[in-house]
Amino acid sequence: VEKKDFLGGHALKLNHTWRGELIKPYVDDLVARVTGHPQIEVHLNAEVTDVQGFVGNFNSTVASGGRETVVPHGAAVIAIGAHSYKPQEYLYKENPKVMLALEMDQALREHHPLVTAAKCAAFIQCVGSREPERPYCSRVCCTHSVESAIRLKELNPDMDVYILYRDLRTYGLRENLYKEAREKGVIFIRFQADGKPRVAQTADGGLQVTVHDLILGIPVTIRPDVLTLASAIVVKDQEKLAQMFKVPLNHEGFFLEAHMKLRPVDFATEGVFVAGLAHYPKPLDEAIAQAKAAAARAAVVLCQESIKAGGVVASIDPAQCSGCQACVGVCPFGAIDYKEPEDVCEVNQALCKGCGTCAGNCPSECITLLGFSNQQIYTQIDQALADLKLDAEAAG
Amino acid sequence: MTDNEFEPTIIAFCCNWCSYAGADLAGVSRIQYPPNGRIVRVMCSGMVHPNLVINALTKGADGVLMCGCHLGECHYQEGNKKALGRAEGLDLMLEDFGLEPERFRLEWISSSEAQRFAEVMAEMTETLRALGPSPYNTRG
Repeated sequence: VEKKDFLGGHALKLNHTWRGELIKPYVDDLVARVTGHPQIEVHLNAEVTDVQGFVGNFNSTVASGGRETVVPHGAAVIAIGAHSYKPQEYLYKENPKVMLALEMDQALREHHPLVTAAKCAAFIQCVGSREPERPYCSRVCCTHSVESAIRLKELNPDMDVYILYRDLRTYGLRENLYKEAREKGVIFIRFQADGKPRVAQTADGGLQVTVHDLILGIPVTIRPDVLTLASAIVVKDQEKLAQMFKVPLNHEGFFLEAHMKLRPVDFATEGVFVAGLAHYPKPLDEAIAQAKAAAARAAVVLCQESIKAGGVVASIDPAQCSGCQACVGVCPFGAIDYKEPEDVCEVNQALCKGCGTCAGNCPSECITLLGFSNQQIYTQIDQALADLKLDAEAAG
Repeated sequence: MTDNEFEPTIIAFCCNWCSYAGADLAGVSRIQYPPNGRIVRVMCSGMVHPNLVINALTKGADGVLMCGCHLGECHYQEGNKKALGRAEGLDLMLEDFGLEPERFRLEWISSSEAQRFAEVMAEMTETLRALGPSPYNTRG
């Protein structure tokens, strides 16, 4: 299910990975394989508007061009990606010489005269990232800017290239790119969050960037012919999807996996998986690795003939249930239904995760969490206290 | 147990995912803490019925500790929020049963916070020692 009218997303806006591999041929090949696969149905210009069911038995409504189709499926992978933050600062959209990192890629690809004729280029890092409202690091921008800076130097070794940064993290083997950039003469200038660069427009439409160099201790002025902003990666329109699939989001709005180390592509909701930028900012190679993992995890669900419910699930004794529905409201997984004709509630054990919140909420204590019934816990309490009684008697 | 010092008994409901693992880690890490707790493992702090807490207290436990994952980190999305809601109700129930509010405590302890678990146990033991035996404690 793709929102746009083509497959490929942001990958098509990138030129190459940090290792120098070309991206477009890879994506084109992948798109051809997906669209040509007899068992893959692609919905373009489409959006999921409703999700019903549970692992192995989902029914999602896909709306496309005013038409709605219900698609039955066994598992779901959420890979809605993310977007670049559109800065309000640094004259973006006000001066044509200010562009975002991906627009820089496009300009490099198309040999835009703004770039090819430039004598001086500057990059500003952490635009919108690591701010109070977006405290996270967008991870890919350091490498991306260093990479673009190297391309510019290759284009014209005499070009002055400046990277204005807060902290530079070209992590892992990408460190070599940073070294290469330094060797090629890219100048790195550090600034602090409270001393951000100031970008002004000169009378002739040029740019003037002033930044307080932390090492020199004095303000430095640059007049770049092109300014690239490494803007933050933000996720949008994700809340509705998260609600429909009953999966959590973290504080920054990215999708939150079940366990960072033990279940990195699963959600707490079974049969739903996550991959890519929707999870958190990451470079293409990591997104691909994660996507493969998510696909493998989803295949685990799909290749089973039947799914067994976990042992620890709740069950309601219909004889004692008064049909008050206190349990229906508290169930975080929507696993309890009220059966009107019998005036009792019933647990769908395929949906039940066994938290027992319903058992804790039942006024008549008629809900049993198998393996953790109230009766068992009463007995445990009795026993814990009885031992003490014996001890006390023995001690006299 | 010494003759002159009262040793309280604490029933601790620990959730399977965070607090029980935290208590386990406290043991594995050999952190020293008072042996007054009796841990009952539950799947989630949200499954602890208020009747279980009252039952433990009226049967003679000097205190009840309820531990869950930190808010927002519940394995079941928001069971601990339900526990928090019930804890407010429990404070009122304690009053009706003539028990001091200190006898019931709700804590968020993650699976890595072994030190925190030990601290909570020590603190609660200390509080209950000062408070004396529960009126329902017939062990003398």
